[in-house]
Amino acid sequence: MMDILIKNLPILVVLCPLMTSLLVVLIPNIIFSWGLTTLSTFLTFLFSILLYQEIQIHSYISYAIGKWIPPIGIEYIIDKVAIIPIIIISGISFIATIFAYKIMPEEIEKKSVSKVYSLWLLAVAGLIGLVTTGDAFNLFVFLEISSLASVALVAMGAQKNKQALVAAYNYLIIGAVGATLYVIGVGLLYGITGTLNMADLTNRINDLNNNKALIAGFGFMIIGIMVKAAVFPLHIWLPRAYAYAPSAVSVLLAATATKASLYILARILFSVFENSENLINNTLFFVILPLSIIAMFAGTIMAIYEKDIKRLLAHSSVAQIGYITLAFSIGTKASIAAGFIHMFNHAIIKGGLFIAITSIGFYIKKRVTINNLSGLGRAMPITFFCFVLCSLSLAGLPLTAGFISKLYLIKASISSDGIWIAILILISSALSVVYLWKMIEVLWMREAKKIVINENPKIYLSLIIITFLNIYFGLDASLVVNGSFEAAEKLIGDLK
Amino acid sequence: MISIENFILITILVPLIVCVLTPFISKISILRDCLGPIGGVISSWGAFNIMRAALSNQSTNLEIIKIAEGISIGFKITPLGAIFGLVASFLWIFAAIYSIGYMKGNKEKNQTRFYTFYAMAIHAALCIAYAGDLLTLFIFYEVLTFSTYPLVTHKQNEIAQKAGRLYMSILVGSSVILLLPAIIWVWVATGSLEMSKNGVLDGKIDVAYTPLLLAMFVFGIGKAALIPLHKWLPAAMVAPTPVSALLHAVAVVKAGVFTMLIVLTNVFGTDLLAKTGASEWLIWLASFTLLATSIIAIYKDDLKARLAFSTISQLSYITLGGALATSMAIQGAALHIITHATGKITLFFVAGALYVGAKISKISDLNGHGTAAPLIFLSFFIGSLSIIGVPPMAGSWSKFYLMLGAADSNYIVVIAVFCISTMLNAFYLMEIPARAFFFKKERDINLKIPKLILIPTLITSVLTILLFFFIEPFQNLTSMMADKI
Repeated sequence: MMDILIKNLPILVVLCPLMTSLLVVLIPNIIFSWGLTTLSTFLTFLFSILLYQEIQIHSYISYAIGKWIPPIGIEYIIDKVAIIPIIIISGISFIATIFAYKIMPEEIEKKSVSKVYSLWLLAVAGLIGLVTTGDAFNLFVFLEISSLASVALVAMGAQKNKQALVAAYNYLIIGAVGATLYVIGVGLLYGITGTLNMADLTNRINDLNNNKALIAGFGFMIIGIMVKAAVFPLHIWLPRAYAYAPSAVSVLLAATATKASLYILARILFSVFENSENLINNTLFFVILPLSIIAMFAGTIMAIYEKDIKRLLAHSSVAQIGYITLAFSIGTKASIAAGFIHMFNHAIIKGGLFIAITSIGFYIKKRVTINNLSGLGRAMPITFFCFVLCSLSLAGLPLTAGFISKLYLIKASISSDGIWIAILILISSALSVVYLWKMIEVLWMREAKKIVINENPKIYLSLIIITFLNIYFGLDASLVVNGSFEAAEKLIGDLK
Repeated sequence: MISIENFILITILVPLIVCVLTPFISKISILRDCLGPIGGVISSWGAFNIMRAALSNQSTNLEIIKIAEGISIGFKITPLGAIFGLVASFLWIFAAIYSIGYMKGNKEKNQTRFYTFYAMAIHAALCIAYAGDLLTLFIFYEVLTFSTYPLVTHKQNEIAQKAGRLYMSILVGSSVILLLPAIIWVWVATGSLEMSKNGVLDGKIDVAYTPLLLAMFVFGIGKAALIPLHKWLPAAMVAPTPVSALLHAVAVVKAGVFTMLIVLTNVFGTDLLAKTGASEWLIWLASFTLLATSIIAIYKDDLKARLAFSTISQLSYITLGGALATSMAIQGAALHIITHATGKITLFFVAGALYVGAKISKISDLNGHGTAAPLIFLSFFIGSLSIIGVPPMAGSWSKFYLMLGAADSNYIVVIAVFCISTMLNAFYLMEIPARAFFFKKERDINLKIPKLILIPTLITSVLTILLFFFIEPFQNLTSMMADKI
């Protein structure tokens, strides 16, 4: 029994949420549908932990769907790289589901709650599928599944604020364009190599170095994925989508949605096209590096001038994605590892911040803007305390997870002679203190309005869990750091 | 027999325990208030034993948490750290007693929060003193900044908010943008975060880059308050006086100059500095800060503001001593950490006493009130003499060594700087007792100083005299520091 389970883990992490999403839609009861969703996300998380243990032993698992031998059939590949986003997505979606319990029925009509949970699981299945698949076209399928599910989820916010419809529409159109570009790229590659299997693609690209179709195909794929990963300036769908989605959905999307696409980006850059070194180096240096630096500053500055807190956090996400792509663009083992470290840490940081802000919104029954926060810190000490800790983690204060990201990022850029990159990163992160401090100051300093808020354990439980993770991974980061270094080594080998 | 590792743990953990306990016993205010002084006694007992261990040349490496491969939070004993640790923890006893009197006398709100973060700041300062490597130093440097923010903005009004912003933006900004990359640069260059008595950078870094790296460190350590990073210190004076006394005359600013000295001696090493002349510009910058802020101090009528500028000027003495990089100058700089601390804390205590007693904060309001509170003004007089450097006050020792150091390194101009600054010190500090005792009284006020404020003030002023006679153990420590060079 256990044996079969372990053998089928790579497919189970995708199938578990996918299948329950079909079941959940049939359950009209709010509590039961939530219970099933929680169970499903918990099982998915459990499976990914088991998968992690398997990876420590085998370091590479290939799973042929329906026993069709790759490269003919579709292959799922789990290795030390893929396991990082899988753990992030399954873990955060579990925490977000716990958080959804009280929040979701507040914002969504009773009869649509189970539909939302169904979409929720579908999105999770799509995101995990994106990571596990080793087939370039199957990847497109999952890309669409996760995008369409997320679009529908964002649109559900319309019951509270009609802006959500605009956000969802934007997300839909831009996402569809991105996916189309990606699939055009895949088509071109298929035309010249005759395969869709990624590992196979790697080998066949080997002797096609200056082929125009290859370069075009690469360009299409990369741009398509960059849209999904919200790399500046292709991020425009993101702030609205995060800001107007239902609260729990914002948490899920902010912490997980772009992580899978960032992983795909790394995989395409360093694994699929590893033999076209010139092409990759030029892309990294002339495209990704400058865009990332602009993203770091543009996102941060937008956040400083933003009044609506959810949008503020969304802008900050754009900047944080900039850190991750910047790390990739340096292209050394240490920097790619730093990218993965930050990918993990950013998920728990942003998850925590979104949970804190949306719970504040739940308590005050208003849209959370900077002016609405006045003096609330004293009315809700637990939420405020967690919010401050997560903010400090985002700012990269020592003893938090965010510091570890920053430390390795700076170290990687200094050791590849990029002291100026290091300084730019730090200036941008010092600027991020400005908007974080703006919120903390308002929460703490302004005169408190006379409102009494009873903090609800059902809401702050998940906040406390995720805040604890922020501190824990700041004090004992060896798991994340070692995992990321192994991932980076797997991705680029000992070449650099 | 308690092992030396445990003494380190006792010294740094006791303030943390006080910090954690305070909110839980906030209802019983007597117990809460007593925690500080008790913590101070235990902590300084530990610090005293650590100093004894440092004198007998014992060494230890204590790793508390291993964060990841090559990164850990660890502590060790250095002579300079032993001095700074003892100063911070010992003066905490008196500052804690003083705080009780001040907070009660002034009827401040949110006292529990105040005591909590106060202890937290002491914890951070002690962790800096015994930091085993550069990263531990940096981590607690930041913790110190963040834990003092609620203290600086204690009043929670518009002015406090503005001051808090300036405080955070200078201290966090400089340390994150410059200090952190400088530390990581050292890490990349030498392959470890270790510090050693003779410096670690010699031969590991291109000589052309040394002045740049040094500049990143110097301008990254905002707590040392060199021009143009000094503005946070006068701004921080909006905090209650016990904060200004212990934190902004002792713990925080001394953490800054301590870091500066550690970087100059244990990271760069005096040999490297002397060889490359990388620190020459720092001598001039420190001299300029020293004189400029002394002159500004003269024009400040607000007593705490004047003391703040005087502090900036005195901190530059220490930086200057480190930058001169001769054995004598470094000894003088290290001694100045103690002597200035005891002198300046007395002066701040007096400033707070006058505020609690009669809401006096301006120097021009002091005329003729000397007879109303002679002991307080006498304490101020003694503290001032020590800062000016008149024997038999402690401050004379450090100035003496600093001047010797300047002579050693043939910077005659620097000796002149010291002399001019001494005159300026005398000019702006002596005005206060002079006005109090010799000027005509303009109006009658009721100056009543609570005992809990008066006693710590007297004790610290007596300490400045005692230190003059019992400076030997500290001198041994500083010469141990210098010997290794």
